[in-house]
Amino acid sequence: MKKTIGILGAGKLGTVLGQLALKAGYQVLIAGSGDPAKIALTVEVLLPGAGALSAAAVAAQAELIVLALPLGKYQTLDPKQLANKLVVDAMNYWWEVDGKETKLNDARTSSSELVQAYLKNSTVVKAFNHMGYHDLYDETRPSGAKGRKAIAFVGNDKQGLGRVAVLIDALGFDPYYAGELKQGIRLEPGSPVFGANVSLAELKKLVAAFVESPRGREVLRARGGEI
Amino acid sequence: MTTQKKLIFGLDSFGDIPTTAEGQLFTQAAAIRQVVAEGVLADQLGLDVIALGEHHRPEYAISSPETVLAGIATQTKNIILASGVTVLSSDDPVRVYERFATLDALSNGRAEVVLGRGSFTESFPLYGYNLEDYDLLFEEKVALFAKLKTEKPVSWSGKTRAPLKETAIYPQTEKGSLATRIAVGGTPESVVRAAKYGFPLTLAIIGGTPQRFVPYIKFYQKAAAKFSQPAYPIAVHSHGLIADTDEEAFELGWRHLRKSFVRIGRDRGWVPMSRAQFENEVKSGSFYVGSPETVAQRLAEMIRTLGVGRVELAYGAGELSAPARMHMIELYAKEVIPRVRKLLSEGSEK
Repeated sequence: MKKTIGILGAGKLGTVLGQLALKAGYQVLIAGSGDPAKIALTVEVLLPGAGALSAAAVAAQAELIVLALPLGKYQTLDPKQLANKLVVDAMNYWWEVDGKETKLNDARTSSSELVQAYLKNSTVVKAFNHMGYHDLYDETRPSGAKGRKAIAFVGNDKQGLGRVAVLIDALGFDPYYAGELKQGIRLEPGSPVFGANVSLAELKKLVAAFVESPRGREVLRARGGEI
Repeated sequence: MTTQKKLIFGLDSFGDIPTTAEGQLFTQAAAIRQVVAEGVLADQLGLDVIALGEHHRPEYAISSPETVLAGIATQTKNIILASGVTVLSSDDPVRVYERFATLDALSNGRAEVVLGRGSFTESFPLYGYNLEDYDLLFEEKVALFAKLKTEKPVSWSGKTRAPLKETAIYPQTEKGSLATRIAVGGTPESVVRAAKYGFPLTLAIIGGTPQRFVPYIKFYQKAAAKFSQPAYPIAVHSHGLIADTDEEAFELGWRHLRKSFVRIGRDRGWVPMSRAQFENEVKSGSFYVGSPETVAQRLAEMIRTLGVGRVELAYGAGELSAPARMHMIELYAKEVIPRVRKLLSEGSEK
């Protein structure tokens, strides 16, 4: 039986991740905002073979669900529907939409921690947020291939992390475990990793370089000298 | 794949601020006059379109494209005068129609409105719109604009502007409707919207391989068929920098085109584009940077891959000098375009 992946959000990122998952042999179920009929044509042409469903149906039928909606809308998710699921948070704070005075950009808390606090009965792992969607589409390579690029992921649940590592690899990238969920701040906008489309070795360096970046220093100050 | 009609070639600008040959930065006002001079030159050289985009940022001088286009209109004969884009969400469709119908009058029917949501959002707070209404604003206003295009009395009501009751809009155009396109960056819903209202589609491809958009073109055509609307030839907007040699173009592109991306990216939290990324965009991505021969080869390949009917190169990104901009326009018109046409006709004979 095919493994199933659910995607919430049918914009640029959700569509590209769906395409990669189909290519990797997953069964893909995807929901946009509202009525599935609105995305039926998108799915028929851009994601042939995927299912266009409501968010509730996607959540009910998939054990692993990727969040690809605008971060500012995370509280429209239903925590009950996502309870006991592995939730991959690919969302990012975007100041132009979310504003500058917001918890989403708080140096003390990574946005994925907010999502985890909201989805308190789900296992949240942050991944697929730092590479631009067109790089995601263009840069997949089989395991071991020369020039393969890496995707960083963070989280607290060992089993969930293992499954996300398998997913990242299956989609065509080297997985790089960058720490607990609170370390997700190292992957957010303003960090040296954000926008990175690089090899595993290079990605490790960029994640480590966070502490010396302006955003890293701001985070260190806000968190009392420790990330 | 779409039509046998002649390929259309254009130039796009946001009114980047150029420098003099000596490196002194123009004022914003002088930058606007420079764009007018470039529009006039483009018309003299036989280019088909000039498209000017709306921004509200210090590095771009154009916030009112149709006013600059009106300046070009009265000094030119043939070139199509387009926006690229008009951020309809934060504008009033009625006033947009009135202004472009005026431009259409001044230019003897050469005005074209290119509607978009815009990848920048400065116009929302500037004009008092709420970004939370991003989708609603565009959806409602495009629907109204489609009605206005009939140039018949319109009745409309919605949440984003005052209702209209059997209201006619003036001036009316001589051809009965304004040429209108929708420009999208790749959000599937935007492509469906263009098809639904029967608008031709412009794809802004600002990074990555053009091949990625092959399914989107099929998508637009299928969507148009579903809504019983015509599927028009697609236009592609990408960045270009043409100089006499590959080396010179690469050097100028690295300095100016990359810089403009880095500056915008910084606001959005992106790491600066690396040398490797820039090289990739030039080699196989969506930056058309090089000598006339290199750019012609890459454009011909993109046109073949996507089957597009119109190509628009954004020129003068960053602080490229005014003489280098004028020279690029000459190389594009005199060398690149004839060469692309030749490459494509040779390709089709095989």
